[in-house]
Amino acid sequence: MAQEGFIQGNEACARGAIAAGARFFAGYPISPASEIAEVCSELMPQVGGHYVQMEDEIASIAAVIGASLTGTKAFTATSGPGFSLMQENIGLAIMAEVPCVIINAQRFGLSTGVATKPAQGDVMQARWGTHGDHAVITLAPTTVQECFDLTVTAFNLAERFRSPVFLFTDAATAHLREKIIIKEPGELEIINRKPAYNAPEEPYVIDDKQVSILPNYGDSSILRVTGLVHDSRGFSSSDPEIATTLTRRLIAKIEDYQNELPQPVWYGTTRPQVLIISYGIVTRAARAAMERLIARGLEVGVMSLPTLWPFPQSEVARACSRARWVFVPEMNYGQIAREVRAASRATPVFGIYRTDTNILTPNDIIAEVKKVVGLK
Amino acid sequence: MNCSPRYTYKDYIAFDRLPHLWCSGCGHGLILKSVALSLSDAQLPPDQVVIATGIGCSGRSGDYVTTHKFQGTHGRTLAFATGIKLSKPELTVVCIMGDGDCGAIGGNHLLHAARRDLDVVAIVSNNLNYGMTGGQFSPLTPENSITSTSRGGKQEKNMDICEIVRAAGATMVARTTVYHITQLRKMLHTALNTKGFTLIEVLTPCPTYYGRYNKLGAAADMMKWLRKKVIPLKQYNKLSAEEKREYYWRGTLVKNEVSASE
Repeated sequence: MAQEGFIQGNEACARGAIAAGARFFAGYPISPASEIAEVCSELMPQVGGHYVQMEDEIASIAAVIGASLTGTKAFTATSGPGFSLMQENIGLAIMAEVPCVIINAQRFGLSTGVATKPAQGDVMQARWGTHGDHAVITLAPTTVQECFDLTVTAFNLAERFRSPVFLFTDAATAHLREKIIIKEPGELEIINRKPAYNAPEEPYVIDDKQVSILPNYGDSSILRVTGLVHDSRGFSSSDPEIATTLTRRLIAKIEDYQNELPQPVWYGTTRPQVLIISYGIVTRAARAAMERLIARGLEVGVMSLPTLWPFPQSEVARACSRARWVFVPEMNYGQIAREVRAASRATPVFGIYRTDTNILTPNDIIAEVKKVVGLK
Repeated sequence: MNCSPRYTYKDYIAFDRLPHLWCSGCGHGLILKSVALSLSDAQLPPDQVVIATGIGCSGRSGDYVTTHKFQGTHGRTLAFATGIKLSKPELTVVCIMGDGDCGAIGGNHLLHAARRDLDVVAIVSNNLNYGMTGGQFSPLTPENSITSTSRGGKQEKNMDICEIVRAAGATMVARTTVYHITQLRKMLHTALNTKGFTLIEVLTPCPTYYGRYNKLGAAADMMKWLRKKVIPLKQYNKLSAEEKREYYWRGTLVKNEVSASE
């Protein structure tokens, strides 16, 4: 039976992970993500899973990858400095097609920044943090309920795409307490890993959606994992044809199936004159601003993006082409506004950036919209 | 009665992948064969074994085996192995790492794998330098050695990885060389039958770089050099502090637990 809870975003993420079937958490304490580790240290043993506190974030994501390769759903949680440390091994997980989930409770600023204050400054790092051409999936919840729901989705997508999936919250959402409905595993749609059967001399099967079907460690089929360019049996190779085919497939297996990812959510009219594109906690400010601007006689709509990467280019382009003004409020210096500008052909795009450790408010949005549209 | 064992060492080697990429005179192949021999001594099915490696020359070992293979990022082998072993404890996990891999970039993970007493066999294939990248010095390169980044002789002190791992809490710590190949097989057999963190440092020749830079001769000369340079632990312990600087010991430094399956 679904239960009601009054819990914080971090706990909702941890409970969502366990409901999705996660049975392994490896992490390293960091503000503002530590409660995810704390909840997992209690709950994982209760469900027959493992909690392990590693020596750093590099080791944390490494242990998660190792656990996932045995067939266990595994995840870690961190914040900016830890997410930076994880980047090399994230590349390995993409290259070796290792399903896993990485939660980043974003905190303010470059370097150590302000550890307890929110920001959305890691959005581009999610996209391009690890070296080499690649594709990633990144989700951004706007409420505590979505922290639970999108964590479940993140695990499903990790298994469906055999790829790391990032869930990006922020210090405010991570510590926000709200009433939520916690569904039981039986009430949720759960995607599990496809079993693989192949003889050692045979190549791994690639399914009709370009995803490798790989065995787990301990299966009678042998699993060969490497971060090197590898052939269809998992042996390393420097062959140009193998290198380009592998890179192209690893990108296409995600970018060609964007329609299977959470789609933009609309509030207000879907053909507004004033279009506000937002994500994460800023969607809440955007919705409040929308109500007040509608009351002032403007035609306003909010397009909230639960999926940041791959960027929903065509949906955003379509929405922008119908609007007269596009506003992108975010808690950074315009990381998603840059993508929106690239998507919007003719409509001007105005960034509303708050980068002072405080949360972006409805007033921040209203002030800028009024200025641009000439409303007193 | 004929009860021939089910698995021989050949069942663990992917012969169709040979020849390997290692230079002639390199000892990494000898270490890999010793691993295969010890796996056959233990009669472990190849599908119940994971050979996990890092980056560098020894990191390519997984391309030549029939067991499950994992090659991760540089230095992190033991951190990946932690996830594998915790999630599926019934698997036998053998980690093959280099001296730079394990001693430099992966030093932190080595300390904590030993502290946690992670139940894996950790082999440090110590060829005294970074071979894959052209013979630079590693933390385990002896003082005053000539390498491509210490043309005038290595100025820093050498690191004793066995002493470090002992202090960190490993269950078994041993050292030998590829010249003492039967001792290596025995140590591996003991390690495979020991629960807890077991580390075996194996000195192995790199005639292409370390041997050439330090005028130690060709492959066979380097084997003779290992025979002379690496002496039994008991004999080593009798030396003066000054004499100890000239030699490595070989043998078992720590063995804290009785064999689990014998």
